[in-house]
Amino acid sequence: MAHEPYLLPPPGADWRNLEAYRQIGGYEAARRAVHEMAPEQVIEEVKESGLRGRGGAGFSTGQKWSFMPKPGGPKPSYIACNGDESEPGTFKDRQILERNPHLLIEGLAIAGHAIGARAAYVYIRGEYTTAFHTLSAAIQQARDAGFLGERPFGIERPFDVYAMRGAGAYICGEETGMIESAEGKKGQPRKRPPFPAVYGLWGCPTTVNNVETMAQVASILRRGASWFKTLGMPTSTGHTLFGVSGHVERPGVYELPLGTTLREIIYEHAGGVRDGRALKAIIPGGVSMPVLSAEQVDVRMDHESLKQAGTLLGTGGIVVMDETACMVRAATVIARFFRHESCGQCTQCREGTGWFHKLLKRLDTGQGTMDDLATIDRVGGYMEGQTICALSDAAAWAATGFLRRFRPEFEAHVREGRCPLPESFRP
Amino acid sequence: MSALEISPSVREAIAEEVKKYPEPRSALLMALHFIQAEIGHVPVGIQRQVAELLGIRPIEVREVVTFYPMYHEHPVGRANIRVCVNIACALAGAREVVEGIEARLGIRPGERTADGAYSIEEVQCLGSCGTAVCVQVNNDPYIENVRPERLDDLLQTIG
Repeated sequence: MAHEPYLLPPPGADWRNLEAYRQIGGYEAARRAVHEMAPEQVIEEVKESGLRGRGGAGFSTGQKWSFMPKPGGPKPSYIACNGDESEPGTFKDRQILERNPHLLIEGLAIAGHAIGARAAYVYIRGEYTTAFHTLSAAIQQARDAGFLGERPFGIERPFDVYAMRGAGAYICGEETGMIESAEGKKGQPRKRPPFPAVYGLWGCPTTVNNVETMAQVASILRRGASWFKTLGMPTSTGHTLFGVSGHVERPGVYELPLGTTLREIIYEHAGGVRDGRALKAIIPGGVSMPVLSAEQVDVRMDHESLKQAGTLLGTGGIVVMDETACMVRAATVIARFFRHESCGQCTQCREGTGWFHKLLKRLDTGQGTMDDLATIDRVGGYMEGQTICALSDAAAWAATGFLRRFRPEFEAHVREGRCPLPESFRP
Repeated sequence: MSALEISPSVREAIAEEVKKYPEPRSALLMALHFIQAEIGHVPVGIQRQVAELLGIRPIEVREVVTFYPMYHEHPVGRANIRVCVNIACALAGAREVVEGIEARLGIRPGERTADGAYSIEEVQCLGSCGTAVCVQVNNDPYIENVRPERLDDLLQTIG
């Protein structure tokens, strides 16, 4: 079944160029929204589309916007657009930033009208040099064309978009960590309440939306909520960008409807498991999400189906592992990541991520005990739902997810005193 | 060694950056990127000058420099080779890539060659999982699909 992509340009088209983007109707949806639609109508349209945020949590975008105060309050409102994309296995926002930046800018212009924002700040992870420069150039083109600035599309309400860079800290993808970082501070998440809609950037009402989510908004306003709802599943509407990496023949980013089966994504789009090997494990939505085993490959990639399968859609970043891959080692590499990225504010996370890494490293090298397995489960229990942000939960889901799904392999490491998979990748 | 100064052109870039935000402090991360692009690291003396430019305390600059992995308080190699070792890159042979570079340069991650030309760093997920192994030199565009058996070519590209 062919699906006409709307987020990514077809081969050969260069939509970074404003003229090319306008030839396919670019910025007409924003112009129409700004001139012909009341802000509440825009919010209604996005609510009606069923759009859920593409940054990992899957919250209703229209509903999030409705938490913002009515325009005309004592403080200006802002959009903080999350392009920090640092969840391992996730590399899809980069495609929009580098290949279709005007779609993002148009989405931000529409969102700016809907919530009455003064400006949008796109926070791009520091390493994404090409993405930063591409977006910055596109912003300048949009300003020169009169779509941003003092009188965007000729109306008397200033709105501008600014690109800014992070500096390598995963925690700045957490919405309040990002806000702190954008204020020029350490990216340590804030306690909520107050939520960003009340107290965000510089203490002003702020809505935080992912890059892909804003690109979806532009597409919805261009073609309508009813069109959007024909794509995907009843409670997971639209296309999304699935990133496929690991042991597949054709890794890459695939734009497909939500609800596409994991089997179709891996075997039809990504060319199957490399070298004809057997599939063993799949991380479905970035490394924070509990791993699936090969028998679960027929699951549909949407919020509800993955929840039923004991995991979550997350960012849609799919990491595929074949029969050679050691699951203890995969868990160790991921635990090392969370240990490195914990911001250190909360004891459970700071200490727990360190414990996971030490215990898993010990098990990986054949030095672990059966007690260590019980400790992983117990520490995971201390880490969930206890901290300021969800990094702690994510670290726990990842570690306990591997243990629960592949317990016999963990036990084999203890029994044999070594890794039973000599051909596995190295940590 | 003479004390380093923020150059006039970087001062100019920082002043432009400040205009984007309601509060000057928000320009801090970008300011540190500008400085590091010019002199390779952000020593304490420079941090004081940044603090003065943005009207904040030196410790508020230092806590940012030391919190974010991309900033270096001490000198690194002129080509700081950053190899992603997270899951997708690990599955594609990142460890072999790190070891190959170590063997060719005679240094370990965190070290610098005697002539100051190179240093190696292991980093966590660069967001290039579909083109693993991913390597980034300083803050340049990525070098993707790096293979352990083609490291001589890689080092030649880096120069």
